[in-house]
Amino acid sequence: MTLLQLTSLSKRYGAVAALDGVNLSVAAGSRTAIVGPSGCGKTTLLRLVAGFDEPDGGTIAFDGETLADASGQVPAHKRGIGIVAQDGCLFPHLTIAQNIGFGMEAERSVKEAKAAELMDMVGLDRAMLSRKPDQLSGGQQQRVALARALARSPRLMLLDEPFSALDTGLRTATRKAVTEVLTAAGITTLLVTHDQAEALAFADQVAVMRAGRFAQVGSPREVYSRPVDPITAAFLGEAIVLPATIAGGRAESPLGLLPVDDASRQGRAEIMLRPEQISVFQTGEGTSGTITEINFCGPTTDVRIALGGEGAFSFRLDMPSRETFLPGDRVRIGVTGTAHVFR
Amino acid sequence: MTSIADTRITAAPRRRLQAAASWTLTIAFALAMLALLPLGFVLWATVETGWATAFQLIFRARVGDLMVNTILLVAFTVPICTVLAVSLAWLTERTDLPGARLWSWLSVAPLAVPAFVHSYAWIGMWPSLNGLFAGVVISVVAYFPFLYLPVSAAFRLLDPALEDQAASLGLAPPAVFRRVVLPQLRLALCGGALLIGLHLLSEYGLYAMIRFDTFTTAIIDQFQSTYNGVAAHMLALVLVACCFVLLGLEAGLRGRSRYARLGSGAARRPKITRLGKWTYPCLLLPIATAGFSLGIPTLTIGRWLVAGGAGVWRVDEVGLSLFQTLLICLVGGIATTAAAVPIAWLSVRRPTRGSRFLEGCYYLASSMPGVVVALALVTVTVRVMLPLYQTVATIVLAYMVMFLPRALVSLRASIAQVPVELEQAAASLGRSPGNALWSTTVRLAAPGAAAGVALASLGIMNELTATQMLAPNGTRTLAMAFFALTGEIDYAGAAPYALLMILFSMPLTWLLHYQSKKIAGR
Repeated sequence: MTLLQLTSLSKRYGAVAALDGVNLSVAAGSRTAIVGPSGCGKTTLLRLVAGFDEPDGGTIAFDGETLADASGQVPAHKRGIGIVAQDGCLFPHLTIAQNIGFGMEAERSVKEAKAAELMDMVGLDRAMLSRKPDQLSGGQQQRVALARALARSPRLMLLDEPFSALDTGLRTATRKAVTEVLTAAGITTLLVTHDQAEALAFADQVAVMRAGRFAQVGSPREVYSRPVDPITAAFLGEAIVLPATIAGGRAESPLGLLPVDDASRQGRAEIMLRPEQISVFQTGEGTSGTITEINFCGPTTDVRIALGGEGAFSFRLDMPSRETFLPGDRVRIGVTGTAHVFR
Repeated sequence: MTSIADTRITAAPRRRLQAAASWTLTIAFALAMLALLPLGFVLWATVETGWATAFQLIFRARVGDLMVNTILLVAFTVPICTVLAVSLAWLTERTDLPGARLWSWLSVAPLAVPAFVHSYAWIGMWPSLNGLFAGVVISVVAYFPFLYLPVSAAFRLLDPALEDQAASLGLAPPAVFRRVVLPQLRLALCGGALLIGLHLLSEYGLYAMIRFDTFTTAIIDQFQSTYNGVAAHMLALVLVACCFVLLGLEAGLRGRSRYARLGSGAARRPKITRLGKWTYPCLLLPIATAGFSLGIPTLTIGRWLVAGGAGVWRVDEVGLSLFQTLLICLVGGIATTAAAVPIAWLSVRRPTRGSRFLEGCYYLASSMPGVVVALALVTVTVRVMLPLYQTVATIVLAYMVMFLPRALVSLRASIAQVPVELEQAAASLGRSPGNALWSTTVRLAAPGAAAGVALASLGIMNELTATQMLAPNGTRTLAMAFFALTGEIDYAGAAPYALLMILFSMPLTWLLHYQSKKIAGR
């Protein structure tokens, strides 16, 4: 069942189109991530769904009810949609308990009991309830912000880059904790992020956004292994894009004859391989290449491999550092799986 | 191997730096003690009077009447000012009110009109005006900008993300205003309300003209009839006690909460409320406010200037008065700013519990009414150092006590903007500590010092109470001349002085407004 439906949603700021006709449906109980570089319009999208801004065109439908269209919009406080902002956005003049109880309409004792319960839920010590937000670390503030939004039992939770202000280690831990809490509560979630790994790890559905439009919407596996174009491919991870000639489900490429995922395609096309599909051997079968450049980065080594002679096709690859190569070494290259053909 | 010569080179400057800091501390301490002189005087006067006499002089019907007047004045004026200032600040900062920038200027401009000129303007319009009602109305138009300035600055600094967040938690706009916006305005509201309260207690000219008795007017009446009796001293004691009550109230309401903005990054621009069909009704508020606070003074002064014609511009008298005023403003302003330098430097570069305590002393001293400061300096000079009685030195000291925090705020902000690393870089390039300080921090903080001089001068120009009691014989500042002429019911003759005071205050008021905008980074 679709909980949230965006139809040709658009928003302009002066001459700039922040959102240029966006369509998206979010299934109830699912997790959707909108990923894109900064300035692509993803935060604008979230603000429109939350009701902080008005769209210039298109409609937002939520659980069968129209939240915004040409005739008007439901104000933010009547939408019942929770949001956790990038910096948590806790009220600095209130304690943690007051922050969590802010949106609840209940007696003080009920609020306090619920706040304590929510603190357990997001994995924070109840002793923190009497503190002020500036006495908490960044990760703790984010958890309080989540608890505050959860207190109103929203049907949809919006997460606006809630992990990006945190340190790398804390980011993963907080993300896991948040995902667990939201899954346990069965709340539909819309995450906005510029971190593609975060989007892929978090969501059931990923929407890749560029310049106010969705370049691609699909499952994490689908957008990663079958991206629509080379830019989307490169945005979601390292990609080796090769020129090829396709005939009968096989592509003739600088890396040899490769099976492709689109048997119907014929003729010249661009194909893509992910680095994990490629194996490099000192000797054996496969296309031969030459190591031209080596950068040691600790656990992995960044190598550039040229196929054939001078000025020929070359690509770079992160390889485990247990293999020791030197510039000038001749290697054999093996490919597993199919190559993806861009439309 | 470390040679003895090496250690000497590194040890010597360290000693000198510490010496510099302790010298500054000594000077700042001495100045603070000087600033607390009026407070000490009141306590001393009470002890000297003796408990029996003091009790008799304080607990009598006259003091009771004055107390009722004072409480009513504060209890009506401060809440009305608060509602007016918050409404105006909201309209000019957060709505699409047509001409918001103009209304914002016009809401600060009344500061350029001295309080007693407001009073003069109103009785020019309605000669029978007197008593509590007149006192409240004129006080509101004269002093509401003291609340408008900080509140509108606070509105600009609020993070609109918090309001969005509150809306997403189910709060309707009025509830968002009450539960998120107002609590964050609390510091600005407390500070502004305290400032207005202290002005209400210490203003003389405004209330004297409409025959509304407060402690300050009563002390001056006493002073003028019996010169310097114990009765005046005891009234001063009660007045100081009232000031402490206000200071305590403010400290209690302000609380100890911190409103530091959490998280990082620039705040989004606040959302503008569309007034729609309410635009014209809302426009009435700034129009009416500007009409009462600026229109009435303009009308009255204009009318008297026209009525008086060229005859009221007695160039010798007006010219001399203007020259004396500007001179005393300049001397007083520079002296006040210079006196603020040690504590400003300490509070930025060497913040300790001691420096914070000293800073508190200066603020406390400046919250004492001008009449108490003057009374103290008159008594001390007459009794201890007669040659200093009614000299420029004494009156400059009074100004320093009263206006030092104005210079301190500007100075501290600009010193804080100069990174200490610049001083260190200058030192590493071979400048001596004093030279390094002069060529970096002092140079870069100069605009702040200039603003400090200007703000102190604005206070001095419109100061009447202490100037009257302390100025050397023959001095006739614009404020003194104006007040003397209105006392003789020569309203036409007083008009040129009023006009000059307003004209010279105008640029300084603009500076105040500009500073408050700059603090908000817009």
